[in-house]
Amino acid sequence: MTPPPPEPRIERLLRELAPQALGALLRRFRDFPACEDAVQEALIAAAAQWPRAGVPDQPRGWLIQVAQRRMTDHLRSEISRRRREAAVAGEAPAAVAPALPAEPSIDPEDTLVLLFMCCHPALSPASAIALTLRAVGGLTTAEIARAFLVPEATMAQRISRAKQSIKKSRVPFRLPDAGERARRLSSVLHVLYLVFNEGYTTTSGPALQRTDLSNEAIRLTRAVHQLLPGDGEVAGLLALMLLTDARRAARTGPGGELIPLDEQDRTLWDARAIAEGVALAGAALRRGSVGEYQLQAAIAAVHDEAPRAEDTDWPQILALYGVLKRLSDNPMVALNHAIAAAMVHGPQAGLDLLAPLDADDRLSGHHRLDAVRAHLLERAGQRAAAITLYRAAAEKTTSLPERDYLTMRAARLSAAD
Amino acid sequence: MKYMLMLNTPRDGYARYLSWPKEVLAANIAFMIELSKKLGAAGELVATEGLASPQQAKLVRAGADGKPITDGVFPESKEFLAGYWIVDVDGPERAYEIAAEVSTVPGVGDAPLWIEVREIMRGRQDIK
Repeated sequence: MTPPPPEPRIERLLRELAPQALGALLRRFRDFPACEDAVQEALIAAAAQWPRAGVPDQPRGWLIQVAQRRMTDHLRSEISRRRREAAVAGEAPAAVAPALPAEPSIDPEDTLVLLFMCCHPALSPASAIALTLRAVGGLTTAEIARAFLVPEATMAQRISRAKQSIKKSRVPFRLPDAGERARRLSSVLHVLYLVFNEGYTTTSGPALQRTDLSNEAIRLTRAVHQLLPGDGEVAGLLALMLLTDARRAARTGPGGELIPLDEQDRTLWDARAIAEGVALAGAALRRGSVGEYQLQAAIAAVHDEAPRAEDTDWPQILALYGVLKRLSDNPMVALNHAIAAAMVHGPQAGLDLLAPLDADDRLSGHHRLDAVRAHLLERAGQRAAAITLYRAAAEKTTSLPERDYLTMRAARLSAAD
Repeated sequence: MKYMLMLNTPRDGYARYLSWPKEVLAANIAFMIELSKKLGAAGELVATEGLASPQQAKLVRAGADGKPITDGVFPESKEFLAGYWIVDVDGPERAYEIAAEVSTVPGVGDAPLWIEVREIMRGRQDIK
């Protein structure tokens, strides 16, 4: 039976404590899948008991004790199972580990170590995302399943297989060495970015549940930033999320329809999130570090700081995309660079930059290329060509809100005939 | 009882949809969003999805080596599934009522549309 959701204060506390409890258990018992299950059971017990009985004086100690008891039960039954299977006597693992002190010392880096484990490059992105949300985010399987609109049994299998791969890979529970660390951190940031996007790009239907994913991604990225305050890309990603999420309320209309940046009601933007994002992005750039997330955050900051769309500092955005294009061969960057060029030098300049992209296999036939070209043709006054391309893009996209937006754009243009 | 309500479209249905006048499109989109909200609020909606254009559809089967062989869409296919609703209702009458409502979605051309209604078999996990 699923317990009712606990009050928000308790829920926040539990999610914050989840990775700490798991870290404490893992240092003692090592068996990742079993430890993770034990912590999850302890979280569920807390969610059921705390609202009634009150939060214990030492909530973290309480969770760890309960999880440890579950773990001990698990080990006992494992041992008797092996005995029953007539395993050689004496080979059984130590039955019960020494009890942990009520408030064991907590290593703040546990959260980071866990993220490195859950976002291991050996896992597929979908598995890494699910496991991260459960083991580090403290979400239940049911909550994760709802967020991704898949049946709970499917999500439970995905998580369980991910845990088994981690067990098999024998990743030790400690921080990777310096050489490995940068590479692994970029996997962590990528997974957090995907979680954020999953929450951000849905606009209708169960939108309320899915925006929780954006909040969760921001919360986890914030935790990583606190652990690695000097890392420019971590700060950059956090800034990018805050600056993007700040526009959420303005991004869709009453019917869930997409509203493009230049038509958004900017008074709906979240000024506090913008201020925090701008400060983070600025501090990272001032330290002289350059990276893809920082550049994207800087671009988002330029947009967010313009009081009106026509005040946007496009030359600055064009320059930033120029730098980003040298760092990344992502074709979406090339597309956005062309848009910025069009805003500074006119639509023809943008169209010229789009021409070579037809030869890029990753983009040719992609609806974004058609859509961007349609926008630039519309601005250049070539209405018929723009309508054709808007419709081509609408037929190719697999996002309903996007299809609606592109179809309506074509319909509006053709009604103007 | 669960039913699947299917909205089929002729081969050129997507292309025609994309060139509807904007008032009709706006009414069509608003209708679909409102319907989902209503069925969801009534506790009857299990799932609903719209399918991407058949332009990208493929027919697939295993070849002799077990690897997938893909083919374009059968040229003789006249109709494609464009979208579906799975509803959980008390009986067929309610499923027909919902289908009738779906059939009145604003559009250009033959209206109301025909909606295919099929009962969904219970899964093995439902058998007590």
